[in-house]
Amino acid sequence: MTPAGILYIHPDTPLALEHLPSLAIPAWRTTIVDAVARGGRIVALFGWQDREGHLQVTAVLTHAAQGNLAILSMQASTSYPTLTPDCVQAQGFERELAEQWGIIPSGHPWLKPLRFQAPFADARMSVVSQGTIASQPGVANFFKMKGEEIHEVAVGPVHAGIIEPGHFRFQCHGEQVFHLEIALGYQHRGVEPALLSGPDKRTPHLIETLAGDTTVGHATAYCQCLETLGGTRVPSRGQVLRGIALELERLANHTGDLGALSGDVGFLPTAAYCGRIRGDFLNMIALWCGNRFGRGLIRPGGVAYDLEPERVGELQRRLDQVRRDVRNAVDLLWTTPSVMARFEQTGTLSAQMCRDLGLVGPVARACGVERDVRYEFPFGIYCYVQIPVSLAESGDVFARATVRWLEIQRSLDFIAAQIEVLPEGPIRALVGELKPDAMTVSLVEGWRGEIAHVAMTDERGRFRRYKVVDPSFHNWIGLTLAMRQQPISDFPLCNKSFNLSYCGHDL
Amino acid sequence: MNVVACVQTVLVLLLAPLLPGVINRTKAFFAGRQGPPVLQLYFDLWKLAQKGAVYSRTTTWVFRAGPIVGLAAVLVALFLTPFGKSAAPLAFGGDLILFAYLLGLMRFMTVMAALDTGSSFEGMGASREAFFSMLAEPAFLIGLVAVARVTGSLSLSGMLANVSAETWLRVGPALVLIAAAWMVILLAENSRIPVDDPNTHLELTMIHEVMVLDHGGPDFAAILYGAALKLWVMGALLVSLLIPVHPGVLWKNGLMFLGGMFLLAVGIGVVESIMARLRLARVPQLLMGAMALAALAMMLVLK
Repeated sequence: MTPAGILYIHPDTPLALEHLPSLAIPAWRTTIVDAVARGGRIVALFGWQDREGHLQVTAVLTHAAQGNLAILSMQASTSYPTLTPDCVQAQGFERELAEQWGIIPSGHPWLKPLRFQAPFADARMSVVSQGTIASQPGVANFFKMKGEEIHEVAVGPVHAGIIEPGHFRFQCHGEQVFHLEIALGYQHRGVEPALLSGPDKRTPHLIETLAGDTTVGHATAYCQCLETLGGTRVPSRGQVLRGIALELERLANHTGDLGALSGDVGFLPTAAYCGRIRGDFLNMIALWCGNRFGRGLIRPGGVAYDLEPERVGELQRRLDQVRRDVRNAVDLLWTTPSVMARFEQTGTLSAQMCRDLGLVGPVARACGVERDVRYEFPFGIYCYVQIPVSLAESGDVFARATVRWLEIQRSLDFIAAQIEVLPEGPIRALVGELKPDAMTVSLVEGWRGEIAHVAMTDERGRFRRYKVVDPSFHNWIGLTLAMRQQPISDFPLCNKSFNLSYCGHDL
Repeated sequence: MNVVACVQTVLVLLLAPLLPGVINRTKAFFAGRQGPPVLQLYFDLWKLAQKGAVYSRTTTWVFRAGPIVGLAAVLVALFLTPFGKSAAPLAFGGDLILFAYLLGLMRFMTVMAALDTGSSFEGMGASREAFFSMLAEPAFLIGLVAVARVTGSLSLSGMLANVSAETWLRVGPALVLIAAAWMVILLAENSRIPVDDPNTHLELTMIHEVMVLDHGGPDFAAILYGAALKLWVMGALLVSLLIPVHPGVLWKNGLMFLGGMFLLAVGIGVVESIMARLRLARVPQLLMGAMALAALAMMLVLK
C-alpha cells in the first residue's frame, strides 16, 4: 500500500516540482522511520526553498526491492521531532539541515555543526548561532569520558603526512579506544551555494573538484541530472566510454588503496608496486583525455574525448601488462601471513550496523550487504552490462581489502570486454534547455560508493537547489564505530581501509 | 687504552650512519625502487646541524637534555663495544652491566624528554617504549650472562673475543638461541619492523619516532646520530658473537667485522621487506619469546 503523499520515481527521471506533495510533519517522520525499518535507506535529506520562499525538507529513500526511489517532502517550521533516535542514518543529514537552514531537529542526541559553515538563509541565522553551536571545527564540545585511567588523544587537523585536514578525538583507556569522534569541515568551500543559478561555464569544474579523486563519478552524476532535465539521450558510444572512465577511476583508486593499506602495516613491496600501478591507471586516463584524473572528460550529453582505434590499441596493450602486474603485487598481500594477521579482525563492522548506519560502497559490501548502484539502480551502460556485486562477509579490514581486489578484477574484465566492442556513432549529444520547476535524482556508483546528486530547477530552468551527497557523507560514522574497542595504533589502518574523502564530505 | 682501539672507535663514529643507508637501499631493492643514497643520513645530519632548534614553551631543561644525554650515553657504550674480535678502548670486568645501563639511560632520557612535552602522542610513545624495553632488557642481559658463563669473561671485549670455533662446537645451540634473541632485541630496540616502522608518518602507530617529534635541528641530529650508533653497538655484539674465528691479524679482523655489519644491515633490510609490522598488542609476545630463547640458552650453558 502506498501512503498518500509519497512519490516513487526511478533515478534519472524528471519530476515536476508541483507534483511533489507535502506531508504533515508526523506523517513524514513515521513514513521515513517505517521505510528505513523495512530496509530502505536515506539517499539524501535536504532543505530547499520553493517558489513562494517556503522551506521544504525533502527526503530521498531507496526502495531497492522495487528498484525505485521514494521521495517525500514536508514544509518545515523552525523545528520538528528528530528522526535520529529511531533512524540512526539520519543523524548527519539532520545536523546538516540544522546548520544550513536553522531547522532544529528537536531531541537530536548530538546536534553539533557538521561543517561549521554559514547558514543558507540569513533570517534563520539567529537559531544556529545560539546554544551549543561553535564557530570553528575542533573547538566545539566533544563527547568526553571520565575516569582515572581515561585519556584523550587529539589528532589533526594538521597531520604528519600530506593528507586532508580532519580532527579526530579519541577517548582511550591505555591503548584501547572507547570512543572516537571526528570533526570535519576544514575543507568546506561552499560548493552547493556556488552551484545555484547554474549550470554555467564554471559548473562542470566545480563538480569535478567536489572530490578530486572521484572526478569521473561526480561528473557522471552531474551530467545525468542535466541530461534528464534537458531531455537528452546520450549516444551509446558515449555511454560505454563513460562506463570505461568510471571503471578506470575505480581501478586507480582501489589499487592505490591496497598499496596504502600495505604501507600502513609496513609491508613495502605491495605498497611500492601498487603505488606505481595506480599511476599506470591514471596515465591511461591521461592518454585518453590529457588529464590523469579525468578532468574535462565527462561532459553533459556524453564524453568530450573519443577513443580512436590507435588509442584503443594502446590502452589494451597497457591493460594486459597492468593486469599481470597488479595480480602479482596484490597476491603478495594474501600470501604474507604477517599482513593477514594485521588485516583480519581489525575494525570489524557487523552487517546489521552497516544497515542501521546506511553505509554504502565497498565498506557496505565488505559487511556482506549487497549494495551497489550499478546493480540496484543501473545507469548508463550498466543497464545492459551487469558487473557482479563484489561481496565479503567479515566486515573487517581484510574484507574491505578483498572487496577492492574483487572489484579490480571485475573492472578489468569489464573494460577489456567493452573496449573490444565499442559501438559506432557519436560520443556526445546536445543537451537542451533544462525543464523549469523540475527535479531529478541521479545515482552513480563511484569507487567509494553511492554518489547522489539531486538537481532542482527554478522557473527559468536554472538550479534552484543542487544537493550533492558524497559516499563519504554516509560512511564517516562507520569509521568511528569500527574503531570502538580497537587498539588506537590500528586507527590509521582502519582509516585507510575506509579511505573517505574530507572535501567530498565538507563540500 | 691502546691506539688501535681508539682508531677503530673513530672509524665506527664515521661509519655508523652507513648502516641505515644500507638498510634503506636493501628495502628499495625489494620494492623495485632506486632508494635514497647510501650517504643520505650524512646529508641529513649535515643539514640538521646547520639549523636552529625550536623549543616549545611548555618544555623544560629535561627536553633539551634528552638528546644530549642520549648521545653521550651511547658514545660511552661505543667505547665499551669491541670491534669484532679486537678489544674496545675501555674494557673491564663487569662492563657488560654498564653497557646495558648506558643504553637504559639513553632510553630513559628519550622517554623523559618525550613526557616533558606533555603531548598525548609522545606520552603514548613513551609508555610503549618503556613497556617494550622492560621486556627486551632482561632478554638482552640473560644473553650476555650466558655468553659470559661460556667464555669465562665478564668484560664485553673479553667474552666476545673468546667466542671461537671451539666454543661454537661446544655450546653451538645455546649461541644460536642467544643470537636469535639478540636479533629480535636489536630489531625492537632500534625501532625496526616488525616492532616499529621507521618510515611511517602515522603518529598513532609509532613507538620511537613519535617520542622525538618535537625535537628539531641539532637536537634531532643528535637523536639520529645516536640511533645510528645504537644500531651499530647492538649489531656489533651480535656480529662479534657470530664470527667463530679469531683472525689475529688486524686487517683481517676489521674486514670480517665490517663485512659482518654490512650483512647484518642487509639482513635487517630483508626482514623489513618481507614482513609487515606486528599488531602492537603482539609485540610483548615476540619479546617474551626472545626472553624464553635467552633463558633456554642460559639453562643449556649452566648444565
